Amino acid sequence: MAQPADLIGRAAAATPKRIAVKVKGMSDTAMAWLFIGPTMLLLLAINIFPLIWTIQLSFTNYRANRPNAEVENVGLRNYERILTDPDVWMTMQTTAQFVLWTIILQTVIGFALAYLIDRKFRGHAFWTTVILIPMMLSPAVVGNFWRFLYQPQIGLFNYIISFFTGVEPNSFEMLGSVNLAPWAIVIVDTWMWTPYVMLICLAGLRSIPDYIYEAAEVDRASPWRQFWSITLPMALPFIMLAVLFRGIENFKMFDMVVLLTGGGPGSVTEVASITLKRAAFEAWRTGYSSAFAIILFVAVFGLANIYVKALNKVKER
Amino acid sequence: MSGASKHLATAHSVVEPGPWAKRIAGTLVVLYALITMIPLFWIVTTSIKTPPDSISYPPKIFNFTPSIEGYCNLFTTRSRQTQEYIESLGPATSRCDQIARDRSMVVVGESNYWPRFVNSIIIAFGSTFLAVFLGTLAAYGFSRFRVPLKDDLLFFILSTRMMPPIAVAIPIYLMYRELGLSDTALGMILLYTAINVSLAVWLLKGFIDEIPREYEEAALIDGYTRMQAFFRVVLPQATTGIAATAIFCLIFAWNEYAFAVLLTSGTAQTAPPFIPTIIGEGGMDWPAVGAGTTIFLVPILVFTILLRKQLLRGITFGAVRK
Repeated sequence: MAQPADLIGRAAAATPKRIAVKVKGMSDTAMAWLFIGPTMLLLLAINIFPLIWTIQLSFTNYRANRPNAEVENVGLRNYERILTDPDVWMTMQTTAQFVLWTIILQTVIGFALAYLIDRKFRGHAFWTTVILIPMMLSPAVVGNFWRFLYQPQIGLFNYIISFFTGVEPNSFEMLGSVNLAPWAIVIVDTWMWTPYVMLICLAGLRSIPDYIYEAAEVDRASPWRQFWSITLPMALPFIMLAVLFRGIENFKMFDMVVLLTGGGPGSVTEVASITLKRAAFEAWRTGYSSAFAIILFVAVFGLANIYVKALNKVKER
Repeated sequence: MSGASKHLATAHSVVEPGPWAKRIAGTLVVLYALITMIPLFWIVTTSIKTPPDSISYPPKIFNFTPSIEGYCNLFTTRSRQTQEYIESLGPATSRCDQIARDRSMVVVGESNYWPRFVNSIIIAFGSTFLAVFLGTLAAYGFSRFRVPLKDDLLFFILSTRMMPPIAVAIPIYLMYRELGLSDTALGMILLYTAINVSLAVWLLKGFIDEIPREYEEAALIDGYTRMQAFFRVVLPQATTGIAATAIFCLIFAWNEYAFAVLLTSGTAQTAPPFIPTIIGEGGMDWPAVGAGTTIFLVPILVFTILLRKQLLRGITFGAVRK
């Protein structure tokens, strides 16, 4: 991993030329394209071409359910409408809150778990595997089943809560109540993705060399002090990376929320992807939703880039 | 003297936490693991309950009689009939038939679960194979050749994953409609391949970068062609990386829902959009949903447990590199 990139570059520049003669007259560039070409073609066809098409559609009033209707060029009107629509800002706020709370919970629990697992107790490898299981499962299929756990009359979740707190099990509805539904989603997402954050944090903790702790011990630094001035700062780039990955994923969140609440009750859990799906595949406002898609993409891309810059600063320290 | 020995003892146990720290850490982690397993436990036990047991209150945690009714209901379609009609049919032909008759129903045919499950297998494995195949070639190309704008291309490949799936689905939907790829296994395989190949290139490039290029050079000097060197020297060295990448691609394609629900409706529909549509008479048939979910989760559970080392390596590897 620590291989210097320039060494590879120099080796690449030096070797193949000498050997290229052996490759039946094929030039080095041609060989490279033979290897890379098919992937690039596929990405061009299924990623780039659609992206360009989306951009083009975003300036029109095209509707996919009326392919024969006349298509007008509406300029920036779609963008203008989206950015001035209070419903869109509501959905962005819902998404931001969802992203924020899931990240806070998953980072805190995930890091704590990684720290505990790094105590290397007996059987830690086995229990790590057990903890990983939820993140391997299908969010849609599992989200669908959580709806059963959350049933007010018969669900296990309400039963467990009432067992420990004494609250009547049918006095609250996790998915039906305006106050609780957002938390119901946050709980399922945290259940699913904390292991992911835990794993990356664990990689961070294991990357801290032992001699630093030994030196701290010699200096008689308390465990508390060691945690705050060695463990946490040195694991920080990893924690930030986990936050980035979870942030991007949850910004795009669709399947789990659709199956748990479908955006309801009302629209309190309507995250951006659900609004987009409704505009694109229920109202069939293809032009409008294309513009919305581009705005979302630019938002994720922009935020991620700013974040990566900050991350690199932390790494340099 | 005591000072010296104390110092030695500390030096020995600096990185190794004390026994109590270990015990407390272990207890907390096991507790967390057990709590996260509750939903899974509930899925599996619900699948072997009868419908009345599945919705009884207080929930029946262990005190229920196991039944295969959920699995019967998952794989069959049934219709309600009069008692006289059922009696006129003669003896039941199978366990599932008997269970249906006890509820005044008759099995009228097979449900769509099995075809949907087969679709999931074809699409997930097909796209995984293609993504890993193309990804390995591209990763090798990026690792060993001078490619113009290499870093930009690599970044671009990765950035395609930042699009929300619904945003990608709009033009794909239109494109597939024009090309006749809507609701076809081929269309889904191509789409999942395109999504997975970006991850595959990134992961595999890291693995191939670590294989010393001297091996290939020796092979080339021995008279192998580039292709022979790639297939006979590089590929065998990269198997761990390829396995790790394949698991990630497989898990994604197996679990994917958003594209599947928007782009398939019938013949090519996979299991994730189908399972939430399983309903019984007068509400959800939770044992059947549990059964469908259990069967769907088993392959991934087996993969996770069998290939946990590669999985761990893949996840942390991606994190360390980027």
